[in-house]
Amino acid sequence: MDFLIWIAKKLLTLIPTFIGITLISFFVMHLAPGEPMSLQADFNPKMTPEMRQRLRAQYGLDKPLYVQYAKWFKGLVQLDLGRSFSPDRRKVWDKIKERLPVTILINVLSMILIIVVSIPLGVRAAVRQNSLFDQLTTILVFVAYAAPAFWVALLLMLYFGIELNWLPVSGLHTLMGYESMDTWHKVLDWARHLVLPVFVSAIGGLAGFSRYTRSSMLEVLRQDFITTARAKGLPEGTVIYRHALRNALLPLITILGLSIPGLIGGSVIFESIFAIPGVGQLMWSSVMARDYPVLMGNLVIVSVLTLLGNLLADMGYAAVDPRIRTGLRGEE
Amino acid sequence: MAKAAPEKRRNKIFSFIAALLANPLAISGSVIVFVLFMTALLAPLLAPYDPQAIDTYHILEAPSSMHWLGTDSLGRDCLSRLIYGSRISLLVGFVAVGIATAVGTVLGALAGFYGKWIDTIVMRFVDIMLCFPSIFLIMAVIAFLEPSIWNIMAVIGLTGWMGVARLVRAEFLSLRKRDFVLAARISGASNMRIVFSEILPNAIAPIIVSATLGVGGAILTESALSFLGIGVQPPTPSWGNMLTEGKDNLEIAWWLSVYPGLAILITVLGYNLLGEGLRDALDPRKRG
Amino acid sequence: MPCKKIPAISVCLILSILILNPVDFVFARSGEGPDYGDAIISGSIGDASNLIPMLASDATSHEIASLIYNGLVKYDKDLNLVGDLAESWTITNEGKTITFHLKHGIKWQDGAPFTSADVLFGFNTIVDPKTPTAYAGDFLEVERAEAPDPYTFKVTYKEPFAPALSSWGDIVVLPKHLLQGKDITKSSLSRKPVGLGPYKLKLWKTQERIELVANADYFEGRPYLDGFIMRIIPDPATMFMELKAGGLDWMSLSPVQYQRQTNTPFFKKNFRKYKYLSFSYTYLGYNLKHPFFKDKRVRQAISYAIDKKEIIRGVLLGLGVEATGPYKPDAWFYNPHVKHYPYDPKRAKHLLKECGWQDTDGDGILDRNGIPFSFTVLTNQGNSLRDKTAQIIQYRLGQIGIKMNIRQLEWTAFINDFIDKRRFEAVILGWTLGQDPDIYDIWHSSKTGPKELNFIGYKNAEVDRLLIKGRRTFDRDKRKKIYFKIQEILAEDQPYTFLYVPMALPIVHARFHGIKPAPAGISYNFIRWWVPKNEQKYMMR
Repeated sequence: MDFLIWIAKKLLTLIPTFIGITLISFFVMHLAPGEPMSLQADFNPKMTPEMRQRLRAQYGLDKPLYVQYAKWFKGLVQLDLGRSFSPDRRKVWDKIKERLPVTILINVLSMILIIVVSIPLGVRAAVRQNSLFDQLTTILVFVAYAAPAFWVALLLMLYFGIELNWLPVSGLHTLMGYESMDTWHKVLDWARHLVLPVFVSAIGGLAGFSRYTRSSMLEVLRQDFITTARAKGLPEGTVIYRHALRNALLPLITILGLSIPGLIGGSVIFESIFAIPGVGQLMWSSVMARDYPVLMGNLVIVSVLTLLGNLLADMGYAAVDPRIRTGLRGEE
Repeated sequence: MAKAAPEKRRNKIFSFIAALLANPLAISGSVIVFVLFMTALLAPLLAPYDPQAIDTYHILEAPSSMHWLGTDSLGRDCLSRLIYGSRISLLVGFVAVGIATAVGTVLGALAGFYGKWIDTIVMRFVDIMLCFPSIFLIMAVIAFLEPSIWNIMAVIGLTGWMGVARLVRAEFLSLRKRDFVLAARISGASNMRIVFSEILPNAIAPIIVSATLGVGGAILTESALSFLGIGVQPPTPSWGNMLTEGKDNLEIAWWLSVYPGLAILITVLGYNLLGEGLRDALDPRKRG
Repeated sequence: MPCKKIPAISVCLILSILILNPVDFVFARSGEGPDYGDAIISGSIGDASNLIPMLASDATSHEIASLIYNGLVKYDKDLNLVGDLAESWTITNEGKTITFHLKHGIKWQDGAPFTSADVLFGFNTIVDPKTPTAYAGDFLEVERAEAPDPYTFKVTYKEPFAPALSSWGDIVVLPKHLLQGKDITKSSLSRKPVGLGPYKLKLWKTQERIELVANADYFEGRPYLDGFIMRIIPDPATMFMELKAGGLDWMSLSPVQYQRQTNTPFFKKNFRKYKYLSFSYTYLGYNLKHPFFKDKRVRQAISYAIDKKEIIRGVLLGLGVEATGPYKPDAWFYNPHVKHYPYDPKRAKHLLKECGWQDTDGDGILDRNGIPFSFTVLTNQGNSLRDKTAQIIQYRLGQIGIKMNIRQLEWTAFINDFIDKRRFEAVILGWTLGQDPDIYDIWHSSKTGPKELNFIGYKNAEVDRLLIKGRRTFDRDKRKKIYFKIQEILAEDQPYTFLYVPMALPIVHARFHGIKPAPAGISYNFIRWWVPKNEQKYMMR
């Protein structure tokens, strides 16, 4: 019951954030020089000034900004984001919808990779603080942090794709012959194509997260209850994994939530490099094409997703730490 | 009281520098950053060729004695372009981070100092901005404006102030209750004075650390944008747009992909090391 | 749905068994003629926009549409006009009337018969002012078009019109039974065309691929290749990687790829490269209403300031020739004696000085009345040749004190938002060339309306007069003289700085037989390309 109340409260606080997102997006839209969101009018050479004026009235472009905003917002919550400016004139939501799964898939896989690799690394580095292992991983982390993801992608493509020819360098699956593959081969094909993008997407996160894990663990290991546990004679493994890690993981959940925008943002780069049809690539191509409706729709949808991701992270945190739910723990 | 303050500060600075010098991270970081500075400053002296000079007789040549790092698809010398590219990285680092730090500090100070509803508004603003994947936001803004170095730097700055704001706010929240602030208040100092003479100097250390660490991020963002073609436009050499050429000629001109990326790596590494070193040097736990 | 056939290795096994066994086996195809089957996968940077030929102006749409629709006439391998849907024709009435006799028994891909009514319908559509087409020009010269019987189409022009015959290509033949009474701009035929050509549309996945299957009832005989698939890969480097990886069979190489990346044993064994002068030229076009570019001396100066040889060497790696006017050097109407603009920066500076451009404030940029000579050139994004050309031009202009900025735009945005609205200072673009010297649509002063092709706003009374005269004259020698004069004037006026004619550099997988390079290129006989059975890779289901 507490939990439900807590969720309800959380959702309520999300609403102003959501509105804030839409406000900022709307503001960005109106940075465009010339007429913002101008429509079919511009594409018809036979458009006369009178017709143009009528269209403006019809779409409310002659109304004050707040009215335009209200209209746009209304469309937004109904997922009517307008139509693309590109020749196919498809609905923006359709274009985003068909690409969202891919990006989400890669980001989820990426996150799993990060969690699976960083936590053991971070734990080990913390437990063996200042050992060779710790120092080596620290150096590695620094380098990974400083390396531009797209550069690493290029190098990997150069090596694995071209030199060794092990992995494909573009797309999600082989084009020809795909439909006739059985499920197992399809999965394998996808896997081969996803190796490089997921890895590239995860590098920064791996570096950062293992570092956070390490410092969080160090924090926890310093605490009294660990000393107590050791004094009680508990085996080291139990001390570390059952007691220390569980406590160290709590702040990490929040960090994970905070890293979602970074992950999604990173997808712009690797989707362009690896020719993967996700929302990142859509963002890039709509910037190039000045396809404003798609740009704005994409921006808002992605931000909302981030919002939801953070909510999930918070929920996860609350599920694990009962103090949150009952409000005993103060705000940060 | 008035006399003791500058003394204290001087001592603090001395011990800070001492701590810095003892820290290997900080030293290596500083060396790298210093080399970067010098390269950017002395670019005209260091670069063997004009970075924009097109030479259609030497297209896509591998590193040789004439061109140490090879040439690009229009015969321009890569080494020279790499050297001049450092100017862009430096500029971006400074201006973008400068803007981000300024905005973040102001907002964070306001939130931390006045508290209550100003705090709530600012923090809510931070939360909202944090929901946007910054690259998406930057791309959207640049699509509406035109890609120019200044636009890019401004946008990177305006989307990267959130961390600083939180930091400054935390510092202000903790510092405003301290004795020396109360003392200043009693002696009748205005709010402005309190903020600038009393709190800010004490909060400055983490701000500097944050700014230093932020430079690396700004450089990475700019190079990613230039790589995608919406950042610095050729022929102005930026390490990011040099890598675009690298991608286009991946098979036959590995040098175009390797060196600019290496330059970015080393530079960002340098700033990060320096930042970490500064943080360690300023961390009271380590020193006390 | 294409799928991989029996893997090559098992074919080899079978072959080897049969070779060892001295029994006649069916796999030997020497001299027995071409095999049917297989598909070819071609790569394109851009997607098509509209598969109704008269409504689209981009090359990809036309490439696809040309496999689905036919015209009354077409060009053969030596660039002579021959009949396509028309069996023969007669020209009477002092050249003003053409009577086409259409072939019998041709069917649309939905089974309906093709008749002259379809040609008449297509004609009426293209001249209808409500149809948003860029190609109405030639047809507006028609006085009267008639379809006296289902296999005769008669058209009479107001004046003798030399380009008439060649204009009756695949632009103007439409299925009347599917489009009559409907708004063509809303027709489903833009995405699901119904033609009478060698291929039918099977599938169009936007921004991904377009699949065509062979039309078994094609009147010239079924094409050998069962399928033509166009994959859209916006990045040329990725496209090349796909070629190497076997995901593509046919693409246009960039000069760098041609010269430097396709000479390995792997390529020599598995692919065939071709090169021929492409039917296009690239130019730097000026907005003639812009105060800087109004004066022709400024344009001439820029032409002197650019080293075209350098551009051909640096951008095309030698695979191209200089353009001195709007024609290919090997055309019968090409004038080799027009004014040339060799690289001469001193002369350029001198001309600019005459116009009042000098560097008075020592900042390295010319200025006049306090305004610096700085302008922006637009070009389409993703075209690395134009991008490099722009950078070379920028460099050379920078050396004489002109600051040129480059801005790259995505194609559709470029055309719709900038070209069509005349919001540009200069552009680097190209034109595709036809076989007829008529260039009225691009250079006549009446063609400056929105969406029309004289978007730079060129107005020269003498050229106007000659353009009209050139269309009215049938005698080849007389026409030659007229177009020679036009080229002289254009060379003097420099409304464009004509840059180069590139070479087309197609590369095709070696398994495709029947490719015969000719003056028309290599794809004129595409429907006769074939793959030996034992090398076939794909099956179109």
